Amino acid sequence: MKSLQARLGRIPPLWWQVGLLALAVLLPLPMSDYYRSVLWRTALYAILGLSLNIIVGYAGLFQLGHAAFYALGAYTSALLNLYLDVPLILTWPASVLVAAFFGYLISRPIIHLRGDYLCVVTIAFGEVVRLALVNNIFGITGGANGLSGIDRPVLFGLVLRTPLQHYYLVLFFLVLTLFAVRRLENSRLGRAWVCIREDETAAEAMGIDTVRAKLLAFVVGSAWAGLAGALYVARVPVVSPDLARFIESVVMFCIVVLGGTGSIPGVFVGTLGMVTLPELLRFLQTWRDAWMGVAMVVMMIARPEGLWPSRRVRMEIRGEEEEEAGFPTGVEEDPPDPSSDNSGEPDFSGEVYQLYDEETYLITLLEEGPRGLPSEGDPSGKDAV
Amino acid sequence: MQFLQQTINGITIGSFYALVALGYTMVYGVLKMINFAHGGMFMWGAYIGLTVTTGLVALVGYASPWALVPTLIAVMVAVAGIGVLVERVAYRPLRTAGRLAPLISALGMAFILESLARNVYGASWKTYLPGLVPGGRVALLGNVRISVMQVLVLLVSFLLMALLYLFVYRTRVGTAMRAVAQDHEVSRLMGIDVDRIIATVFLIGPGLGGMAGLIVGTYYGSFDFTLGWSFGLRAFIAAILGGIGNIPGAMLGGMLLGIVETFAAGYISPQWKDVIAYVILIFILIFRPTGLLGERVAEKL
Repeated sequence: MKSLQARLGRIPPLWWQVGLLALAVLLPLPMSDYYRSVLWRTALYAILGLSLNIIVGYAGLFQLGHAAFYALGAYTSALLNLYLDVPLILTWPASVLVAAFFGYLISRPIIHLRGDYLCVVTIAFGEVVRLALVNNIFGITGGANGLSGIDRPVLFGLVLRTPLQHYYLVLFFLVLTLFAVRRLENSRLGRAWVCIREDETAAEAMGIDTVRAKLLAFVVGSAWAGLAGALYVARVPVVSPDLARFIESVVMFCIVVLGGTGSIPGVFVGTLGMVTLPELLRFLQTWRDAWMGVAMVVMMIARPEGLWPSRRVRMEIRGEEEEEAGFPTGVEEDPPDPSSDNSGEPDFSGEVYQLYDEETYLITLLEEGPRGLPSEGDPSGKDAV
Repeated sequence: MQFLQQTINGITIGSFYALVALGYTMVYGVLKMINFAHGGMFMWGAYIGLTVTTGLVALVGYASPWALVPTLIAVMVAVAGIGVLVERVAYRPLRTAGRLAPLISALGMAFILESLARNVYGASWKTYLPGLVPGGRVALLGNVRISVMQVLVLLVSFLLMALLYLFVYRTRVGTAMRAVAQDHEVSRLMGIDVDRIIATVFLIGPGLGGMAGLIVGTYYGSFDFTLGWSFGLRAFIAAILGGIGNIPGAMLGGMLLGIVETFAAGYISPQWKDVIAYVILIFILIFRPTGLLGERVAEKL
């Protein structure tokens, strides 16, 4: 796996992008509608995973109530369409805004909480949203049965009906998400998030406004989950409080961690493992959850850093053992291709990792700080930190 | 009068929460990890209790509340066994793997426990035999009445909690447990077998949780395989409420949650009782992030 990952990493990124996109576009063509639906679901959860990855993966904030924002986006879209007759595609920006607004509202007072406490508050918030929907809040959410009879989305006069059309719709937004997330990852804000994840105190000492950065992680991640909710409604014209179930949040959380926190390819691996595979294992019926559980436990014991981790996380968990076995030789034999600067993961110089151990890590972080963070920021994220 | 009646009912439900919350809080104390599988172990207590009582009744020929005594012990032993097994298989290999990996492993374990229960016992609602539950009510102060079952539940819960308190604060093993909760390395240097202490915690926590499962099962009469998630989540919130890692805190948090829920259901709206409990939790965490009895720990650099 390790050498495969290293080998795959040497293929120029543009080929990768074009090849994968072509595969994603062509893949559903020979398939039946059932498998197209599975692909649709996979792409949708990949968007959700990427959105949660901003919060959990980059900023290191334990968010176990992400499904609430997904549900908020879905309900916003459904309610606007049902009560105000807004065409579905015009409700999408509203879904994003509502989810972002709630993301801000809930995270503002709890942003100072750390680790597990934050995790608990997000669980509680998720449950509050679900129960409020079940209890038919304001008399408009339809209670436990939810809402139905939502219109189909109309795009340039074309009514989207078939699974294939919806798959392409979600794929379009997935590509957009990927583009945005990649830009974020390497921006000043993205690096600030990673700094906070690694050591909040050090990040603060380096002049990062940690509260602002963490809030932004929450707001951006929630907004994106709201978009995913709206896309769900576009395909399934029924919404119910089940969208906000705790188990949904758990699945999203596992997508991020199983693949490797903070790693974009990891989110895809996680989605395949947590969403696509269980869908294809329907024949196991009630045993499916047990197998999922076994897979989760075994995976974490075998590869606690995730299946396709970002380099940084792998170094952190595997430490010196990996350092001797893997990277330095690779770096020495093949100096990194200059064209691969914006490949999958942020590119760090090999020397940093050769020096890596618990103590020098902090030193590197501190030394990189003034050089890498406040002054040399990406213009697109200038106002972020 | 209604107030007193509600308080009694609240304390009864609160004692269930407290028993389950103790398992969460003890594991958090020694491993700094949220044991999401604890709800599943609690649920297995209810199922194992069902099997044992059914077996006993079949053996003896009639149902009597006395059957609950051997059942309680059997359930405690069985669920404690599950707890130790889970720790050995799913958590011990991840002791040094950061905080996310054990969390996922625990969630995986929760999936396994729930799915196993669903497949072994079926997805339908299960009911304890009616003759097992002692009937009758005792009148206190005019209209306020307390059922014999409630009296028993309260007696057993308080006895268990008192024993646990004495164990943790008055014995050598308990002292070692508190030492491990503070610092694994230093405890090891002091000659404490950290692995054994952690195994002991996984013996006691799930043991209590399993007994709570049996008690909850008999108190409400029926349950299904979703009991673990729903009840477990609320018990966990009780642990946080009192200050996670703090044993008296878990008892206090459980009682409080039970009373708040009962009052909310009785005086405001039964539909919104959970929402009210969660909102109170959120407010407590905002203003006192360490819970009611938790101590503020200085940031280590």
